[in-house]
Amino acid sequence: MSDGGKAGFIDRQIMWNRLLAVVEEQAQVLQSTAFSTVVRESGDLAAGVFDARGRMLAQAVTGTPGHINSMALAVGHVIDHHPLHTMKPGDVFIHNDPWMGTGHTNDISLTTPCFVGENLIGFLACNCHVMDIGGVLDLSKSTDVFMEGLYLPIVRIFEEGKVNETLMAVIRANTREPVETVGDVYSMVNCNDVGCERLREMMTEFGLSDIDDLAEYIIETSRRGVLKKIAALPKGTWHSSLTLDGHDEPLVLKAALTISDDGIHVDYTGSAPMTKRSFNVPLCYTLAYTSYALGIAIVRDIPNNHGSLAPRTVSAPKGCIVNATKPAAVITRSFVGLFLPDLVFNCLRQALPDMIPAESTCGLWEVRAMGPWETPPEKTNTYHVRLMTTGGMGALPYRDGMSATGFPSGVRGGPVEIFESMSTLVFWRKELRVDSGGPGEFRGGLGQDMEISNILPEEFLFFAGLDRIVFPPRGIYGGHDGTAGRLALASGANLPSKGMHTIPAGERLIIQSSGGGGAGDPKSRRRDQVAQDLKNGLIHARTAKEIYGYDPEHAE
Amino acid sequence: MADAVDVKLSADVGGTFTDIVLEQEGRRWTTKVLTTPAAPEEGVLRGISEMLKVARVRLEDVDFFAHGTTLATNAIIERRGAKTALLATSGFRDILEIASESRYDQYELALVKPVHLVNRPQRFTVTERMDARGNVLVALDESALQEIAAELIAQGIESLAIAFMHSYMNSAHERRAAELLRRMVPGLYVSISSEVCPEIREYERTSTTVVSAYIQPLIDGYLARMTARLDEMGFTGTLCLMSSGGGLTSVETARAFPVRLVESGPAGGAVFAAQIAARLGEPRVIAFDMGGTTAKASLIEDFEPKVSRFFEVDRAARFLKGSGLPLRIPCIEMVEIGAGGGSLARIDSLDRVAVGPESASSVPGPVCYDSGGTVPTVTDADLTLGLIDPNAFAGGTIRLRPDLSAQALAEQIGAPLSLSPEMAAYAVYEMVCENMASAIRVHAVERGTTTGSHTLIAFGGAAPLHVARVAEKIGVSRVIIPTNAGVGSAVGFLSAPISYEVVKTQHMTLDTMDFATASTLLTSAAAEIMAWVKPAAHGQAITERRIAFMRYVGQGHEIAVDLPLRDLTAADIAGLREHYEVTYQKLFNRSIPQSNIEILAWSVRCSTIVPKPDEVGQTPASGQKPPSESVRIFDGKSERWIEVRRYKREGLQPGARFEGPAIVVERETTTFITDSFDGRIDTVGSIVLDRKEPKP
Repeated sequence: MSDGGKAGFIDRQIMWNRLLAVVEEQAQVLQSTAFSTVVRESGDLAAGVFDARGRMLAQAVTGTPGHINSMALAVGHVIDHHPLHTMKPGDVFIHNDPWMGTGHTNDISLTTPCFVGENLIGFLACNCHVMDIGGVLDLSKSTDVFMEGLYLPIVRIFEEGKVNETLMAVIRANTREPVETVGDVYSMVNCNDVGCERLREMMTEFGLSDIDDLAEYIIETSRRGVLKKIAALPKGTWHSSLTLDGHDEPLVLKAALTISDDGIHVDYTGSAPMTKRSFNVPLCYTLAYTSYALGIAIVRDIPNNHGSLAPRTVSAPKGCIVNATKPAAVITRSFVGLFLPDLVFNCLRQALPDMIPAESTCGLWEVRAMGPWETPPEKTNTYHVRLMTTGGMGALPYRDGMSATGFPSGVRGGPVEIFESMSTLVFWRKELRVDSGGPGEFRGGLGQDMEISNILPEEFLFFAGLDRIVFPPRGIYGGHDGTAGRLALASGANLPSKGMHTIPAGERLIIQSSGGGGAGDPKSRRRDQVAQDLKNGLIHARTAKEIYGYDPEHAE
Repeated sequence: MADAVDVKLSADVGGTFTDIVLEQEGRRWTTKVLTTPAAPEEGVLRGISEMLKVARVRLEDVDFFAHGTTLATNAIIERRGAKTALLATSGFRDILEIASESRYDQYELALVKPVHLVNRPQRFTVTERMDARGNVLVALDESALQEIAAELIAQGIESLAIAFMHSYMNSAHERRAAELLRRMVPGLYVSISSEVCPEIREYERTSTTVVSAYIQPLIDGYLARMTARLDEMGFTGTLCLMSSGGGLTSVETARAFPVRLVESGPAGGAVFAAQIAARLGEPRVIAFDMGGTTAKASLIEDFEPKVSRFFEVDRAARFLKGSGLPLRIPCIEMVEIGAGGGSLARIDSLDRVAVGPESASSVPGPVCYDSGGTVPTVTDADLTLGLIDPNAFAGGTIRLRPDLSAQALAEQIGAPLSLSPEMAAYAVYEMVCENMASAIRVHAVERGTTTGSHTLIAFGGAAPLHVARVAEKIGVSRVIIPTNAGVGSAVGFLSAPISYEVVKTQHMTLDTMDFATASTLLTSAAAEIMAWVKPAAHGQAITERRIAFMRYVGQGHEIAVDLPLRDLTAADIAGLREHYEVTYQKLFNRSIPQSNIEILAWSVRCSTIVPKPDEVGQTPASGQKPPSESVRIFDGKSERWIEVRRYKREGLQPGARFEGPAIVVERETTTFITDSFDGRIDTVGSIVLDRKEPKP
């Protein structure tokens, strides 16, 4: 070791851990003071510490992959727009540019340069999903980013410690929930301040005047660690494709994944072009879910930072759906982005056949509804509620898939009781959906069966952003597909997977999320596991007999 | 009024040891006996008999017996509970299995979700439905219960949890179903969610009720045997059980709601620390307990442990949030970290030193025990650094092998990193202290405070060895290591109030508050609780506390605001708002002026009054130098061995002073004082470490 001897070597490891704790603290402050329910309940946020060159050193594990991996680049954009020498202590930058942040205007990013005296030593950054940033309510009606609410370029919200009241007033005036949204901005400022303070305390404790050497150590160690893992993988290029329901027509995504000594590259050439709908994906979000997929499958225990993310790269032709260009509508970019891990896995499975799961539900089965509080309805007295729900995960080649699990989003589902207390709607059912897991030697996880109606004799609006209704999650190695999702009225009519639907008074809405794909031939499933599934009522007797070839009379 | 209690007894049944404490007119006896897992009452009663003999006290003369046990927690962790079924609202059979739908570890494809206690064939549903306001949408199908009863009998179900949707708003269906099923299934234990946990959020409420049902037959049987045996032996005093909320409950309450006994040992530790804090006049304290497997920290403000309404039991190996079974009951709020004397050290995939959360436990134990352990632990690092005397560990009962520790550290940590065994030990020591410091810092910030303004009170076998370093890292300038630290929980039981708390969900905004509903809810809850507390209090004065959990509409963080002990009126609103905003301002440095405030839940707590112990005065510094010897320890910062003084704790009298770095040894533990602290012994015998003045 060149610097600081052995004790210095140990100190650097300690400080790396400290930075990981600093960002957890930062995230915790944000989560407990945020107004945004998706931040609080679902952890839809990111927090990180960066070096003076804008390279990410540590990131809170709290959060969804879409935020986590895309925020890594945000500080670089801030520096590009505001050279370092123009930054002063007390400055804080804000933006929600989808192409320089996390992919849609609902996510606001805050970047705080951290100073020791007059020296800029690094940055603290965070972002969170605010509940409302203006724009169209029916997100499926957005046709360009300018319909998606307030668009903030990278500007100072605080200048040398003084809040920019004009900008705050603009934000306040452009959201349906001004108190909450402005409150969230302050929470973010505060969480960066906490992080910056902790960073300075650490520097004092270890007698540092900058963190450049530490940054180099973290980034290099991580990069080498990832490359070492990649070195152990087979080399080559693998291709895959995935068809999503889309809105008006099916949407085909294609990927070519290359593992080389330098890293893993995913190229999305051949994927569908941008659509006129709102689920176009800026490349930063494509990178986020691609590197997440590689992270969970390969990198695993090496924390996210500039070094560990660097060997994971993506490319896609400009104007393709996963490299959408401004001013494309991108507000529902997760409708496509959440499926990228399956696309990546479909490549990776060819290289690593024993490790990668079958296809999963991937998309969120959000129940988002609006209706009147009273009957006859009073126009101004309405509720707007949302409940996150999920479907089944694909089976691993060695284990059943998980039922009702938020993969890859990682978000939490919400309580039905809270949803009902904030509306006049009632869930008559929210249960595992029998027989929805794709049969296989290892069964896919089950989706959910849900039924909702209004207890007032009034109609209500349901905003659908669902997928895997036409094209279910596929099975692997002879495993069957998971059961496709379904959106319908109890009276019989099927509803399209996307768009705003009016649910008539007295009618029940049926929402059934898809099950995950199975792995391997169902006939070779262990008989005791088939018997167990039957006993648990997770499969019907007919399925056991006809698909699994199970005969209870002659069970061993 | 009742007689003043003269003779008090407490017992804390842990996994390995049962701690027993007896107090009589200011005198205190303590002992540790082995736990007898098959019939824990045997070990307790034997230990008590032995102790009474030594103290020359008869059981007939014991007025009060405070009992805590890990029986409940262990039964859950080891899945040794009763054959349990769940009855839910039709359409909601899978609440336990759907759970939070999240993945507690984002980077694990083969995640193992918490294993719930009731499988699908034992999860029944019945037609009935309340809406969110407590109105009946669908009547209870009573006839369907007959078939369910038959099935319960056929399956040999011992205990049933009933948890219907929105029962916290209207419990009629749950009560009726319980009444009918009790009648139809003789001997069936029945727990209903509107009693066990009358709060919104179906998953947490159902989980809490199921856990309570799952352990009820076991706890009920244990307490029945224990009271019968105590009766036989002539005990005529009051028996109370320690609860997770830091209060003592009557035997009847414990038998009805056994989930309240989960994690009572750690709660006793926090009460113990709170008593010490009061005695020493320390208003802001972090209680720090580090044992063989885990470390726990809790905040104590104004001599009261912080209480929370939620925790998870049986978290998966890494103590990750979301990996356990959620319980929504009053509990002492604490953070638990996989860091203890037995925590295993290794090199991770990036050549970094990692410590824990896996532990060598007591079997095989650290490498230096020479009983089969091969992976170096925190204790091995402590020993290699010279902090532990190999001949005086655990009072000399276990002779340690420093050579084995050094060898394991050299091979597994030192060699791959080109470090000497001592530097490897230093790396392990630093890393475990860093992990604990980080967890404590994050815990403090979650509670809207920072660590620097607090005093650390350390107890548990491994805490005194590491607490000074942890204090340096979190900016704490005073550390206290009390006497009796080894049996802290059991000592804590003796000073816990007899109390019970119920939290009920009833949503209201401050602007449109329904005073009649709120007042009725509070009054009826108070009456209900008083019925539980009064018999156990035996005439002691009881105080009532009413709280509203308030937050800005839409925000996540709730603040507990005290309510007057009478019906609420419109005149109270302004005061409540002000109280909320002042507290909020204090926590988050700003208030949010235009924002409306809502109340989500209400709590009523009745408890006996525990007099705050008198603050003890300072003993003047004695001029005499206490006896000490010179020992060598390894100083990682300077990478060399240094000479420090080692003191025997029994040789240190109140008023004694000594400079860090130093070591104080006693039977159960060793205190390490780093060079940034000086030590002294206070009036009651605690070791107090004060941060040295910075050198000019």
